Amino acid sequence: MTDILQLLIYGLVLGSVLTMGAIGVSMIFGILRFAHFAHGDFMTLGAYLGLSFISAFGLSSWWALPAAMVGMGVIAVFIDQVLYRRIRRTQPVILLIASFGMALILRSLVQLIWGSDNQTYASGIQFPWQLDWLGGMRLKPDHLWIMLISLALVAGVHLFLTRTRLGKAMRAMSDNMDLALVSGIPAERVIMVTWVIGGALAAAAGVFLGIDTRLHPVMGWTTLLPVFAAAILGGIGRPYGAIAGGMIIGVSMEMSTLLIPAAYKPAVAFAIMVGMLILRPQGIFKGTV
Amino acid sequence: MSSLLEAKGLYGGYGGADILQGTHLRVESDEIVVIVGPNGAGKSTAMKAVFGLLRIREGEVRYRGEAITNAKPEQMVRHGIAYVPQEKNVFPSLTVRENLEMGAYLMKGDLSQRLDKVYTLFPKLAERRRQQAGLMSGGERQMVAMGRALMIDPQLLMLDEPTAGLSPLLIDETFERIKEINAQGIGVLMVEQNAKQALAIASRGYVLATGSNRHEDTGPNLLADPEVAEMFLGG
Repeated sequence: MTDILQLLIYGLVLGSVLTMGAIGVSMIFGILRFAHFAHGDFMTLGAYLGLSFISAFGLSSWWALPAAMVGMGVIAVFIDQVLYRRIRRTQPVILLIASFGMALILRSLVQLIWGSDNQTYASGIQFPWQLDWLGGMRLKPDHLWIMLISLALVAGVHLFLTRTRLGKAMRAMSDNMDLALVSGIPAERVIMVTWVIGGALAAAAGVFLGIDTRLHPVMGWTTLLPVFAAAILGGIGRPYGAIAGGMIIGVSMEMSTLLIPAAYKPAVAFAIMVGMLILRPQGIFKGTV
Repeated sequence: MSSLLEAKGLYGGYGGADILQGTHLRVESDEIVVIVGPNGAGKSTAMKAVFGLLRIREGEVRYRGEAITNAKPEQMVRHGIAYVPQEKNVFPSLTVRENLEMGAYLMKGDLSQRLDKVYTLFPKLAERRRQQAGLMSGGERQMVAMGRALMIDPQLLMLDEPTAGLSPLLIDETFERIKEINAQGIGVLMVEQNAKQALAIASRGYVLATGSNRHEDTGPNLLADPEVAEMFLGG
């Protein structure tokens, strides 16, 4: 029983990371209609930006988060303006392949600047709390923070989407692009905000991964598959679905280690994604494909 | 005094051959103008061209005397022109109220007066304001669509087949609402399949065929014209 609870915690931590990535993937798909393959490398770059920030100012690990989020929000808009915006009117597959190219560029850039060795935000081990009232289950403070901050960010995204004019416009554009245009909703402005949020959340995912384990140049790329699986499971183009999808994929991946070797964790995400595409391609919540 | 809307000699289409072959249209503030014609006559295309949704290759659109040819939809909205497409004219996952808010996206200040105005015209929308538009019936969705367009307090309302797919009862109801809207001083330009009923409430009508004007007259005169009746109104 303690094992299962312990794995549930790990699953929720992983789920938090995936959710942060999947919300962005889902939003970008909803507005721009393409699968953003550079999203994993947005996570990586964000994590490294955070690393540079805290080492430059000698700050503790968690300071990496705000720095990475701000930095990636700006960089995401920049990349959109320089690359994606120019090919916005072409077919989605061209955008998809361009984003694949961008993924390779970002990964190489990270290797060039920070090297290909593993790095960490803080050295040493963090001692977990032993929760005797939960059968001696262990909980690391960092894990608790990852879950709480994710919850806060998800709540923030929810408030943005339901309470602000721009957030509602984002949902409107995702619902019906043509009608949004004839209503006078300024598409480019909404797209820009989508990138800010998508980039910032990807950076959060990267920092969470870096705090949980370590930083390396393919950390985001290898996380992209479960992120896509989460977005598809939740119904692509539906940010709320992405939250459910992220948590389900995260928990399933960790729980699977009870039955099969841990090396197969990504395969579990892949299996869920393929199964979902066959059985219910629109996702748990009806998506936009 | 220039017309509210005047389009002259429009040529254009979706990139290939021109669908519009010198179409012209005129709407005054106190008018309901109806475009009728057979399928493929370019009725919806003419509306889209006027609203800047497809490129006009030749010709001119003037709004209160000012040239607005090929202006962007956003500028049309700022001018006070609202357009309701035929299909997919609501945001399905947004609530009724959010749909209406999106109509007034470019409008500054408090929306409550604008909302009240729409709710007065369509009391049902006030009841259903928290409901998701995608879960509503066809007739209710049409109200949401028109309500969204009215949120900018338009001078000109353009409706592309507002009664398509509605039951006879709802068709009557919709035409009644359109008359009320027009009575508030809003010029109405609409494309309609239910030509007889539409012409009955129309100040003027245009009969379009293969992208050019065939007939233009008052609603009653067009209805009485045997040639028009035979061609487009099913006898």
